[in-house]
Amino acid sequence: MTRGIAARLRPPAVVALVVLVMGVPLWLVVVTAAKSQGEALSPDLSLPSRWLLWENLARVWEQGDVPRAFLGSVLVVAPSVLLVLTFGSMASWVLARRATRLNAVLYACAISGIVLPPAVVTIVLLLRQLGLAGSAVGMIGVYVGIYLSTVVFFVTGFVRTVPLSIEEAARMDGAGPVRVFFSVILPMLRPVLATATILICLYVWNDVFYAFFVVGGRLDTLPLNLFQVANAGLYLNNWHLIFAYIILMSLPLLVVFAVAQRRIISGITGGAVK
Amino acid sequence: MRPAPAGAGRRTHPMWFLAPAFAILFVFFFLPTLFNFVYAFTDWSSFKSEIRPVGWDNFADLLSDGTLYGALRVTLVYAVLVALFQNLFGFGLAVLLERDTWLNRAARLVFLVPVLMSALAVGYVFQALLKPDGSLNDLLGGVLGTSVTIPWLGDTTWTLVVVALIHAWKWMGLSMLIYLAGLKTIPEDVTEAARIDGATGWQAFWSIRFPLLAPAVTFNVATALLGSMNGFDIVQATTGGGPARSTEILNIFIYRTFGQGLFAQATTMSLVLFLMVALLAFPVIRVLRKREEVV
Repeated sequence: MTRGIAARLRPPAVVALVVLVMGVPLWLVVVTAAKSQGEALSPDLSLPSRWLLWENLARVWEQGDVPRAFLGSVLVVAPSVLLVLTFGSMASWVLARRATRLNAVLYACAISGIVLPPAVVTIVLLLRQLGLAGSAVGMIGVYVGIYLSTVVFFVTGFVRTVPLSIEEAARMDGAGPVRVFFSVILPMLRPVLATATILICLYVWNDVFYAFFVVGGRLDTLPLNLFQVANAGLYLNNWHLIFAYIILMSLPLLVVFAVAQRRIISGITGGAVK
Repeated sequence: MRPAPAGAGRRTHPMWFLAPAFAILFVFFFLPTLFNFVYAFTDWSSFKSEIRPVGWDNFADLLSDGTLYGALRVTLVYAVLVALFQNLFGFGLAVLLERDTWLNRAARLVFLVPVLMSALAVGYVFQALLKPDGSLNDLLGGVLGTSVTIPWLGDTTWTLVVVALIHAWKWMGLSMLIYLAGLKTIPEDVTEAARIDGATGWQAFWSIRFPLLAPAVTFNVATALLGSMNGFDIVQATTGGGPARSTEILNIFIYRTFGQGLFAQATTMSLVLFLMVALLAFPVIRVLRKREEVV
């Protein structure tokens, strides 16, 4: 009998939990972003007396340099993800297929970055010496260096599940290693590459810590500009602008998520728990 | 599956495929790490053009004023709290939302929204929510019928716990997904068999299904621990390390001293973080590799 009650109580409990734990903070963002500065001085959950959402969005669009920051973010995220997936898969393929002692050592080195934190301060020094300080190229190199470990870890495990016979068939037809890798192996890695893409996009798109050190003040990205808007805004108590920026900045990922949620969810879980 | 013999491997799986990845790893990951071990022992700063070796001075300074011990303690406590909360919440949500009803599906999507949001943004939202005159105190006041003005982010003891809760709030959706995937891998007949043997729902859950979630627990605990030891954004956006540096985790310290031009001190702390994670990570790596061999 108790089971019946528990089962019937569950849906209302779910609704209450969602409203309290998620609804309240998200509601706060939306209503505050729609208020005038006076009303938003001390953000609360009340409705704005007049909805100024568009006006506030338009203001931060200019003040926070959103188009440039968006471009900066894309300029860094897209090449980083592309390079880390390509180079990571190439290395993983050979590491998985040639089980030599050297490769075991190389593999251990390659995945050590999953746990070991990058040396953020000396990266700056190194980039200066390389003439890459503050540049998008330097930033991309840093992100690729940080997330290669993740890709190598996921992809090497996956390659081992791809039967060798598929490669051998292509090789019989006279395909060299480059052909075999790009036209046979790479397409088969799609599920695991999807997982890696999602996770790395998430981290790089939202990263502000590494960006501070490498490109802070020289290149605009969305999180860096949020930090600027917020620092200026907190000083002036411009919560309405901070929250308007948060909405603008979160929208791209939320839209991607809304469109592809099923694939994203199965992507994340498929790679993590096999 | 037998790997190709070494001679044939050279032709079919040439080692130069490793070159781009390892070149980047070397330049952008290993070399800076190596530099950490060098520049932590110098007086590198923005105030002098020369960089000279100073031996263990940086460590001695950080040790003598208690900064090193303080930052280490705060970071470890923060990491453990985050791992605990994130897994408790994620696990609770997974169990609550396990059945595939439309309501549960929708709720899962809502809990994933913070995972997608920037951690910095999440931090600002909670800074507004937790102000002494903020909405949480308003809500509490409404329930209790008095005015509540708890300074959630202004307490030198408890604010660290509050910030860890915020960190867990942001990432609990991801843990939930992984626990859900773990629960799905447990065949229905296992639970069924236990029930036929007379186990109650509660017993069947804790003695049969929970142990089978081990891989998901490993993954979630490891990622939460490592993620929070490398944390920065949420603490920066909620407290900036305060009050009185009671939430100053290592990365906040590194960022602050770097901003002040004290590059050698920042490097020293970066090295400390590296060593701490390396020491704690070896068991974690072993577990990850073992898991991978099983797969």
